[in-house]
Amino acid sequence: MSFAIELQNIDKRFGAVRANDQVTMQVEQGSIHGIVGENGAGKSTLMSILYGFYQADSGSIKVFDKEYWFNDSQQAIAAGIGMVHQHFMLVDNFTVLENVILGAEGGYLLADGIAKARKELQRLANEYGLDVDLDATIDSLSVGLQQRVEILKALYKGAKILILDEPTGVLTPQETDELFKIFAALKEQGVTIVLITHKLREIMSVTDQVSVMRQGTMVAHVQTAETSEGQLAELMVGRKVLLDVSKGESEPGQVLLKAKHINWQDHHAVPRLKNINLELRAGEVLGVAGVSGNGQSELLQVLSGISPIQQGSVEVKGHTFDKSQQTTPANMREIGMAHVPEDRHKMGMITDFSAAESAILGYQRDPALNQGWWLKPELVAQRCSDLMQAFDVRPADVTLKSANFSGGNQQKLILAREMEHNPDVLLIGQPTRGVDVGAIEFIHKRILDMRDAGKAVLLVSVELEEILSLSDRIIVLCDGEITGRMAAEDADERSLGMLMANAQKAHDPLSQQPSQTQEQEAQA
Amino acid sequence: MSRDSRLAWINGLLLPLLNILTAFAATAVLFLLINVDPIEAAKTLLYGAFGYSEGVGYTFYYTTNFIFTGLAVAIAFHAGLFNIGGEGQAYIGGLGAGLVVFMLFPGLSPWLMIPASILGAMVFGGAWAMAPGYLQAYRGSHIVITTIMFNFLAATLMVYLMVKVLREPGQMTPQTVLFPENAWLPFVHDVLAKFGIEVERSPLNMSILLALVMSVVVWFFLWQTRWGYAIRATGRNASAAVYAGISQKRTIVIAMCISGALAGLVGINELLGYHHRIIMNFHVGYGFGGIAVALMGRNHPFGIVIAALLFGTLYQGGAELAFEWSNISRDIVVVMQGLVILFCGALEYMYKPWLVRWLAPVQEVRS
Repeated sequence: MSFAIELQNIDKRFGAVRANDQVTMQVEQGSIHGIVGENGAGKSTLMSILYGFYQADSGSIKVFDKEYWFNDSQQAIAAGIGMVHQHFMLVDNFTVLENVILGAEGGYLLADGIAKARKELQRLANEYGLDVDLDATIDSLSVGLQQRVEILKALYKGAKILILDEPTGVLTPQETDELFKIFAALKEQGVTIVLITHKLREIMSVTDQVSVMRQGTMVAHVQTAETSEGQLAELMVGRKVLLDVSKGESEPGQVLLKAKHINWQDHHAVPRLKNINLELRAGEVLGVAGVSGNGQSELLQVLSGISPIQQGSVEVKGHTFDKSQQTTPANMREIGMAHVPEDRHKMGMITDFSAAESAILGYQRDPALNQGWWLKPELVAQRCSDLMQAFDVRPADVTLKSANFSGGNQQKLILAREMEHNPDVLLIGQPTRGVDVGAIEFIHKRILDMRDAGKAVLLVSVELEEILSLSDRIIVLCDGEITGRMAAEDADERSLGMLMANAQKAHDPLSQQPSQTQEQEAQA
Repeated sequence: MSRDSRLAWINGLLLPLLNILTAFAATAVLFLLINVDPIEAAKTLLYGAFGYSEGVGYTFYYTTNFIFTGLAVAIAFHAGLFNIGGEGQAYIGGLGAGLVVFMLFPGLSPWLMIPASILGAMVFGGAWAMAPGYLQAYRGSHIVITTIMFNFLAATLMVYLMVKVLREPGQMTPQTVLFPENAWLPFVHDVLAKFGIEVERSPLNMSILLALVMSVVVWFFLWQTRWGYAIRATGRNASAAVYAGISQKRTIVIAMCISGALAGLVGINELLGYHHRIIMNFHVGYGFGGIAVALMGRNHPFGIVIAALLFGTLYQGGAELAFEWSNISRDIVVVMQGLVILFCGALEYMYKPWLVRWLAPVQEVRS
């Protein structure tokens, strides 16, 4: 068996982050090879290195048994690699034909190149079943067809290896089926396909082999036929040492947060949340499990008032919001909701600001900090140093730039900001992402303290361990849908993994029968 | 010294200094080409700007304009907006200042007349900037395009008004009648004379105090109020600002209004302070100069005052150069100022990669 791609010990570092850590991978010629992993696992970085966008710090790349070092994507293309990006690289107001020859015009005058390209493209279209009107402008095509143009573009440039980055993220189920048919045709013609995704079902249905990445490392290579969605989910999320969290019985009180029939689409009109119903009571932690990218971010943003409600309603402490009665993050804070965002750099803090300024983000209107027009610096500094003391943020320097704290300390500062404000409802996204073990324990303890103080906590995490050890009840999100609800004591990693992959939905309505999980557990 | 404080020094001091030196070096080469001794020219320039009290007066008079427009650019910049419409906002601000004066009873006390006129300048300048701000926030029109187009709109509007509507009856020059004396801002030489200090007459007027006060106000607003916080948060990280409950759209409009209001104050210095009537093109160059001033001053009011002083010096010293040296024309002076804008503005970060590599290299992360 010969290999189309062989990557040896690829290392890539961005600042202090190891995006790829000694990654080794082989892709068989003429196969469909899946790479799975969560967001940030390093799969896109790896493929960007293969495509010449980034250069590896060390390691070697072989394509069709020849050693290469790609300084830019032109060289990768010349070696026979084509890439279809998650976000299409197409010129909207050009025709399909014009887009395909972009960068390969073949001379100063276009006419010759266009005529040649038209013939070649018709041949390719027939051979691979890639039908598309060559003279249509891109903006008149559906997303599925645009993707075909991307594939055509790669093939036209002579790609023998096709890398697709999350190709189905923007497609409807029908378009996805079409795409998979194209894969089959391509494979038949000897094209090697590398499919990057975090959708396990797709991996199971189209690939021959799967490589699993987690936190920059390659954790497994398996034959698709010999694995299951559950196993892949487990590999992706990974097992960690069981963090010992002792928690008492929860005493759920009244319902403080209620979401009814929430549907939400992003601006490409792709549904991200589908009929979400949930209730959150005082004095409990509701865990939201799921592989990242399955609607968790959107759920947090709708609940916290950042994204407008498109359908359904959100009820917080008796205030009801819906499409006609929108809310804002400021309003939600006033009502008594706090929100620890999933991505602390993108949303949780302003990295250029001092710690003191980041420590009042969202509370800049607090009358305790303002004296008339004056947002008093000494009050802000005092607030920050109180928060730092309460959550043991180091270094306890309120003037230090937010960016210069370690991940764990940044996270503690944000948690302190949101928790010390004594909210009734607390939304927490990925509380321990990129946080060291010591801080994890501390953060977990604080979350449980909130619960025991009678607060309602919604915990979104991709760490199953975290969900299992902190939650009282768990819901599982998959592809924007709630695919399972259960009490924490009825859940284990296996059953959650299955629900996260939505593997059993068709024949095993777990959501109605939590007891069945227990039976499975007993069998296992 | 930590890498961050090194970077701060590089950004805050070394880079502007090197940029300005490069601009001076380029000017020196230019002078050599036209057979002017650069050292002698520099002496003339400095003498012109600071050598006698009339020159000093002119220097500070120009500086005042640059402080206003520099602050205007800086406020917008902190909100992540590039306001290059300072020219138009200054022009329309002057119109506002004048219109208020003409509307009020001529005998009104200066203590009411002048503040009202200042308010008029700010409202008109702010409104002129608000339109592009609104279009950016709610319609997605790019602020750079709209503000520059509004400069042309302002210029044409003023031509029409000055020729057809506001021109002094019986005069060919497109200018209005004189303002009543109660609307005149006192000249600094007059004020000093009251304290027994004799200085030569110059256009320098009390607007310079207004400029300095505004610098402090802008500093306070940006760093000591929740609105300034909102503006800076929006400029630095828009999604974090949204998370913090700050309306991005509203913040954009507010920042542009304030920016335009500050630019409008150029009209006070020029019209209430010196010309005492609305004239044509009193604003030319200050709006664009303000961009370079803000960039050099690192968008901090303190830095802006320093940078504005530099530009004021160049303006006045340059005029002296053109006057004293027969082979230096007024155009060479414009080229000189252009070089400063080029190196301090457009090529602002030219030296940065080298400086960083040399003085503050990234420590290799080895784990």
